[in-house]
Amino acid sequence: MEYVRPKALGEALDALAAFDDPTPLAGGTDLMVEVNLNHRRPDVVVSLRSLDELRRWDDTWIGAGVTFARLEGADDPALAQLARTVGSPQIRAAATLGGNLGTASPAADSLPFLAAADAHVVLKSTAGERRLRWDEFFVGPKQTVRRPDELIVGVELPSRPERQAFAKVGVRQAMVISMVSCCVLRDPSGPTRVALGSVGPTVLRATDAEEVASQAARLTDTDLDEFQRRVSAEVRPITDHRSTAEYRRHAAGVVARRALERCLR
Amino acid sequence: MIVQLTVNGEDRHAEVAGWESLLWVLREQLGLTGTKGACEQGECGSCSVILDGEVVCSCLVMAADADGADVTTVEGLGTPEDLHPVQEAFVAEGAVQCGYCTPGLVVAAAHLLETNRRPEPDQIREALSGNLCRCTGYGAVLRAIEAAREAM
Ligand SMILES: Cc1cc2nc3c(=O)[nH]c(=O)nc-3n(C[C@H](O)[C@H](O)[C@H](O)COP(=O)(O)OP(=O)(O)OC[C@H]3O[C@@H](n4cnc5c(N)ncnc54)[C@H](O)[C@@H]3O)c2cc1C
Ligand code: FES
Ligand code: FES
Repeated sequence: MEYVRPKALGEALDALAAFDDPTPLAGGTDLMVEVNLNHRRPDVVVSLRSLDELRRWDDTWIGAGVTFARLEGADDPALAQLARTVGSPQIRAAATLGGNLGTASPAADSLPFLAAADAHVVLKSTAGERRLRWDEFFVGPKQTVRRPDELIVGVELPSRPERQAFAKVGVRQAMVISMVSCCVLRDPSGPTRVALGSVGPTVLRATDAEEVASQAARLTDTDLDEFQRRVSAEVRPITDHRSTAEYRRHAAGVVARRALERCLR
Repeated sequence: MIVQLTVNGEDRHAEVAGWESLLWVLREQLGLTGTKGACEQGECGSCSVILDGEVVCSCLVMAADADGADVTTVEGLGTPEDLHPVQEAFVAEGAVQCGYCTPGLVVAAAHLLETNRRPEPDQIREALSGNLCRCTGYGAVLRAIEAAREAM
């Protein structure tokens, strides 16, 4: 195995361009699980450990190297809430946002927030920069349009409302992969965005449900019932070892409604 | 490649082929068998060490990537003659049964008390949420950490 640890972003991009099938290594919490299980044997590892450029974070930008431990302190309530549910303290200390996007699991907990916020993923290579909206970046379960020579440098966050909630359903409190996850962002005057994870091949937006929720500043119980019904109708879950499609469909409506209710309080 | 580390304050080095974990280096190359391996998937926390100031699962750290790092293992916290307050409290409270999870719990607890002198019971639970024990249950462990908090 070849191991390189570039000291600067440009050097990292050069390394990614120079090798045939390079594997970036951030926190290792996905990659090393696969290595330990003998599922993956990278020939060339490009370590991101020394790239301070990837750790930059402000209101409109989160660098790929920002860990979930840091994101626990986010000003965005939904971002802080989701960060707190990732793995355990040991996992959050290492796991990065860039790794979450790189793996692109349908259950990745950062995705509902990024989708609801209409975030753009920024990729860099020696050939230049690509700025892709979340739905252009994720194309299937664990599939993205990132080329092997590209590095995820971070995500751009457009302005978003302060009323936010994240909720996830799993079998216990800590160290649990989502069976359903949901983020709601709501402007007090009405406009509402709802994104759900683990209930489709990639994270998805429940646009029919958004329509009901967005119509008014005050929502009645009938509106909330309809919102819940539409979320359940719109998701595209499968049955796997973690849950059944039926349960996920039901739970998606319930958690989305609860998240919305939290935004209304 | 050769990996250079500071382990428990001493300069150490190990020869690795590439994909090995820090856990493997500590146990198999450096003879520090206090750190345990069980799941090697980040789930159990028995391999917890302090790496550059943070508690991480050493099974998920690629050894090559730990080159130049500062590592504290359970061996670096106390000695049999001079136990760390957390170790002493674990003994006093009987928070150990088979002992397999104990080094990881002790490392996580010691780091918690280092970074937060007065953790609330909820914060203690949260700090230990990445460490699984199959034997004792967590009651005695929580009591031990509360006792250590008072002693430190
Ligand atoms: C016990 C345990 C519990 C977990 N719990 C959760 C959970 O609750 N929620 C959740 O969402 N995830 C969870 N995960 C999964 C994992 O922690 C996250 O996906 C994490 O964000 C991965 O980040 P990393 O920095 O460790 O990535 P790595 O493992 O270093 O990398 C992951 C992948 O992304 C690629 N990559 C990394 N950074 C970049 C980059 N900048 N550009 C291009 N490619 C890149 C790597 O090549 C690799 O393919 C858990 C994992 C474990 C082991
Ligand atoms: S052996 Fe590392 S977490 Fe279980
Ligand atoms: S004492 Fe046996 S696993 Fe905890």
